[in-house]
Amino acid sequence: MAVRKNQADLTATEKRRLVDALLQLKRSGRYDTFVSTHNAFIMSDTDTGDRVGHRSPSFLPWHRRFLIEFEQALQSVDPSVTLPYWDWTVDRTPTASLWAADFLGGTGRSRDGQVMDGPFAQSAGGWPLNVRVDGRTYLRRALGASVAQLPTRAEVDSVLAMATYDMAPWNSASDGFRNHLEGWRGVNLHNRVHVWVGGQMATGASPNDPVFWMHHAFVDKLWSQWQAKHPASPYLPAAGTRDVVDLHDTMRPWNNVTPADMLDHRGYYTYDTAA
Amino acid sequence: MSQPSRLSRPTRRQAIGVTAGTLAGLALAGSAHAAVPSGQLDTHAAHDVPEAFDEVFQGRRIQGAPAAGHLHHGGGYGVRIDGQELHVMRNADGTWISVVNHYETFATPRAVARAAVVELQGASLVPLA
Repeated sequence: MAVRKNQADLTATEKRRLVDALLQLKRSGRYDTFVSTHNAFIMSDTDTGDRVGHRSPSFLPWHRRFLIEFEQALQSVDPSVTLPYWDWTVDRTPTASLWAADFLGGTGRSRDGQVMDGPFAQSAGGWPLNVRVDGRTYLRRALGASVAQLPTRAEVDSVLAMATYDMAPWNSASDGFRNHLEGWRGVNLHNRVHVWVGGQMATGASPNDPVFWMHHAFVDKLWSQWQAKHPASPYLPAAGTRDVVDLHDTMRPWNNVTPADMLDHRGYYTYDTAA
Repeated sequence: MSQPSRLSRPTRRQAIGVTAGTLAGLALAGSAHAAVPSGQLDTHAAHDVPEAFDEVFQGRRIQGAPAAGHLHHGGGYGVRIDGQELHVMRNADGTWISVVNHYETFATPRAVARAAVVELQGASLVPLA
């Protein structure tokens, strides 16, 4: 069984193997198919129309399935690799080891936002951006530039305390746990982290930055923590809801997996610390 | 790294001047729109269509106008930067996002276009699939 670890606890060897697997997926073209899929959902998920990956109840099960598929792709390259998570309530500065040259590299330079160090810098040659919203082909970041502070543990706890999974109108205006975690309302958790990283992470093509996976692995972990806190709170909506994915509806693009199938991650992976 | 030169430039926030709730609400446990019951948000998002604009912002021509045919995505409104479409979307609370600034909301299409100009730093938009 795969164990997902805190990225801060990875050994040098574990970091190197993860980086090598990422670069290998990139070389083969498989990495970019994940970026394309994500962007297609970003652009088609709307508050008033059909919505699956974002701004809707299935935000969490959709990304759980998306990450499992990506993790399996990594493991096809190196079976020892699992997706680590980035606990941004703890590793909350640009000097965290996450951003060191032996892992993801650091923030971008002022002139053009270009990441200049680490294995994903343009100069390293292994990370050309092919699926993108503008002409720039290099990885960009502006850590902490657009928003100064990452969410705090207290802010996370305030969202984990919400007892209802999601509510009508089941979109970016909803009250409840899912939308506060996604960040369209309230203290803003998930969305704010994308903005804090900046560069491609702030765009619809956010998986171009490998930190995307570690961010979403932590969001996924928060969902499992919320489930443990509220064992009587089900996924909602249950059935018959227009434009969104009910508990037993299948999710695009896979069409063979439902939110109900994704409620328990333990058949796929576990976390290094209890939920 | 290059902090001194960054300090000498206006920040994105200063350059744009106006944003909707997210940034302002970050430091506060309850932002303005978190205080509005969701049912009200949904109905009163009843979308007046924003006025058209056509201006040069930081050297880029930005245009916005009601656009039939973009109803599904942009809430009936199209935005261009130097003639190329900026994919925009209206949120249920009436705020706007674009594919360039996807995870933060802006009060108007003009503000989302300006934010994209700042983020692009001179780069051209490329058509999206």
